Amino acid sequence: MDFSYTILILVLPFLIFLLIGSLGSRWRPHLSGLLGTSGLFIITVLAYVTAFNYFIHRTGEAYQAIEASQLTWLSFTDDLIIHLGILLDPLSVMMLVVITTVSLMVHIYSLGYMKGEAGFARYFAFLSFFTFSMLGLVVATNIFQMYIFWELVGLSSYLLIGFYYERPSAVAAAKKAFIVTRFADLGFLIGILILSFNTNTFDFARLTDQHGPVIAQPVTAMFMGLSVTTWAMLLIFMGGAGKSAMFPLHIWLPDAMEGPTPVSALIHAATMVVAGVYLVARLFPIYHFSSPGSLDVIAYVGSFTSLFAAVIACTQLDIKRVLAYSTLSQIGYMMVALGVSGYGNEAGLGYMASLFHLFTHAFFKALLFLGAGSVIHAVHNNLMTEMGGLRKYMPVTHITFLVACITIAGIPPFSGFFSKDEILVAAFEHNKIIFAVQWLVAGITAFYMFRLYFNIFWNSNPEYHHTPHESPSTMTIPLFILAVMSIFSGFVPFHELVTSDGRPLATEFHPMIAVPSVLIALAGIGLAAALYYRKNSRPETIAKSLKAFYTMAYRKFYVDEVYLFVTHKVVFQLISRPAAWFDRHIVDGTMNLIGNSTVSFSGAIKEMQSGEVQWYIWYFTSGVLLLALMILYLT
Amino acid sequence: MTGPKIIFFVLATAIVVFSILSIASRKILRAAIHLLFVLVAMAGLYYMMNFQFLAAVQLILYAGGIVVLIIFSILLTSQINSKLDPPKKSHLLSGAVTAVGGIVLATITILQFAFKPSQEPAISTNMRTVGRQLLGTDVYGYALPFEVISILLLAALVGSIFIARKNKI
Amino acid sequence: MNLQAEIPLDYLVVLSTIVFFIGLMGVLIRRNLITMLMGIELMLNAVNINFVAFNHYLFPHRLEGHFFALIVMAIAAAEAAIAISLIINIYRQFATVSVDDVDELKH
Repeated sequence: MDFSYTILILVLPFLIFLLIGSLGSRWRPHLSGLLGTSGLFIITVLAYVTAFNYFIHRTGEAYQAIEASQLTWLSFTDDLIIHLGILLDPLSVMMLVVITTVSLMVHIYSLGYMKGEAGFARYFAFLSFFTFSMLGLVVATNIFQMYIFWELVGLSSYLLIGFYYERPSAVAAAKKAFIVTRFADLGFLIGILILSFNTNTFDFARLTDQHGPVIAQPVTAMFMGLSVTTWAMLLIFMGGAGKSAMFPLHIWLPDAMEGPTPVSALIHAATMVVAGVYLVARLFPIYHFSSPGSLDVIAYVGSFTSLFAAVIACTQLDIKRVLAYSTLSQIGYMMVALGVSGYGNEAGLGYMASLFHLFTHAFFKALLFLGAGSVIHAVHNNLMTEMGGLRKYMPVTHITFLVACITIAGIPPFSGFFSKDEILVAAFEHNKIIFAVQWLVAGITAFYMFRLYFNIFWNSNPEYHHTPHESPSTMTIPLFILAVMSIFSGFVPFHELVTSDGRPLATEFHPMIAVPSVLIALAGIGLAAALYYRKNSRPETIAKSLKAFYTMAYRKFYVDEVYLFVTHKVVFQLISRPAAWFDRHIVDGTMNLIGNSTVSFSGAIKEMQSGEVQWYIWYFTSGVLLLALMILYLT
Repeated sequence: MTGPKIIFFVLATAIVVFSILSIASRKILRAAIHLLFVLVAMAGLYYMMNFQFLAAVQLILYAGGIVVLIIFSILLTSQINSKLDPPKKSHLLSGAVTAVGGIVLATITILQFAFKPSQEPAISTNMRTVGRQLLGTDVYGYALPFEVISILLLAALVGSIFIARKNKI
Repeated sequence: MNLQAEIPLDYLVVLSTIVFFIGLMGVLIRRNLITMLMGIELMLNAVNINFVAFNHYLFPHRLEGHFFALIVMAIAAAEAAIAISLIINIYRQFATVSVDDVDELKH
């Protein structure tokens, strides 16, 4: 099968970015929006065509990885060659579908949401650039290309979070996101270097080949008790943890909500934050075969993050913050699923479940964010304390938001149930403690999501400045489409398409796991309804009784304050200040010394040209005498 | 102590003494006259070495031309009555160091070399020979420098008139 | 008269050296332009003695030193004439012939 048209999927958004970026300010803004959206529509169609063509044809038992394009970019020596190419295998094709679909929905939605804003063209240019970078990341053939696009994704995230650059909070949030992820990327880069140094290759096909040199003959060097490969994989996970906002590198994600809401939907819910999950999934064979200990680390980190984020989400008042912490929690689920997974056939259930959850989560989380954007657009406010009773004014938003909340709570037959259930099954078979935690988190998730839902659409009925009205159709149509996908994407036969080794996986229904998970979700919903369906004083009494714990959760467990403390007291005082002193006094001092000494020396000898002829005569006669002396007696 | 020896030492002493006086004297006219005596003594030295023509030219040119010129300029710049300023200490010191150092260096170098006087028969220095050689164009002729000197003198003449003219304002 | 028999050449060369450096010191010490000119004339004359002495002692069958000295004299005369006219001009311009006051070409 010829997949060479897939290069268009990458090239088209990049060209649109260049076009809108350079000429967009001269056109009417509407034109940039239409151009961006139609470009994205084309590549969405192409992505679906690719997926169809790929998944229909299965050669042999497993899906094969196909290199659709390959370009040698930099070749340093025989071993060190950096290619750029497009790799098509079940994982990347699935990601292509997800990214293009969500991006298309966000583009259409933004036509309505960002209408009339300054910088409309710039916004669409950056959206196209982000889409290009993310697509390049998922189709990367080698880890270095992935790193390149990883950084590009970080850059576009910075540009989009700081879109309202006149707001200091947005600028600070963009800086924070970029610096935290860049710091994590340091670990990523070191991991890449260690891995490629020991294995002599960057290529994914060779790195993850089960019978290939990397896995079959592992490196035996050890460093401080762990094998070198484990160090490399842990460092690579550090990069993934930064992008996917795992504890303790999660601090940037809630602040990233300063960007426009469609950006949050695209980047911080559906696509960029799952890049870490994608990375671990891509390198999964190495993780499983060469350093299984790091998989345990991944599972624990993911589990802790999901519990941590879920608890904080129960107390937040800004609706976008609640959704951000929800994202953290769900990505924690995906990491847990990867961490508890094995390889091949039934053991690879966790792998499949993680990616299935990635697939469904993209749709319902994007739907949640876009719905929140619709609400914010109508009410001009982010805080749920100032909202209420919006079900009367915004029916479409109400219904789609409800669908998304039911999905995320894991109620059958919506898609969230299927994907979350598979994760719980995989966790149960591997580690009972993690299973218990994830089961508890499922309940907490249902609670805070319905807390959010009830506070927006039911509860009190405040006075609005002007009556909120339903959003225009450019905003409600994507909501509708995403709601349909949230409902029906659970029926996609994922276990036959995307698995750890490419072969289909047989799954069965485990009522012993499914029933308790639905029950705890219903319990969460019930608790939320009891507290928030109608305005009452029960939430305050509960908050007062849990005073200290409530405050800590509300203040996000003071992680940001710890970071600020470390940065200001340790890094700035102990490292930056001496370095600045050194730079100012010693480096600049040397340069100033050279300059000043030259000037003062010239000032001293400037007096030689005094205009007095007799001194001139004396200079040359004594010079001649000295020369004569030297020549006569020194040579 | 033969005659020429005595005459030579007298002349040499006169030269040295009067040149020192010339550069040390506080009155400018005295300095010019001391210079005159130096020049006349030098003409005596030339005469002793059988170069009569040169001695005559020295007297005419230097003593009768240049010293007169110097005295004219003294009068033209109205300094005949004023006393000259003493030299600055820095100048004195540096000049003395250079001069003494130079004398020492040059003398040591010269005395290391043994000059061997030539035994060739001396050429006669009467006017006939001098004139022939001055205007001669053969191997030992000095016609070219003679002509060039005349052009130089012309240039000097024109130049000095031009520099010293009074500009009509 | 033949000086060769009586006085060694060194005496004359040393004399010439002494007069030359005296003249040099005159140029360095004196503050009046005209007295500087006198020092220059001393230097030129010292050089003349040198030429003539070498001619008389080392090359008595030739007249090269003689003519060289002659030409030097002619040039010294021309140069003195120009120097005097310059001094006159400076006197007109600055109303002084002190060398300390003509130092405008400085840094």
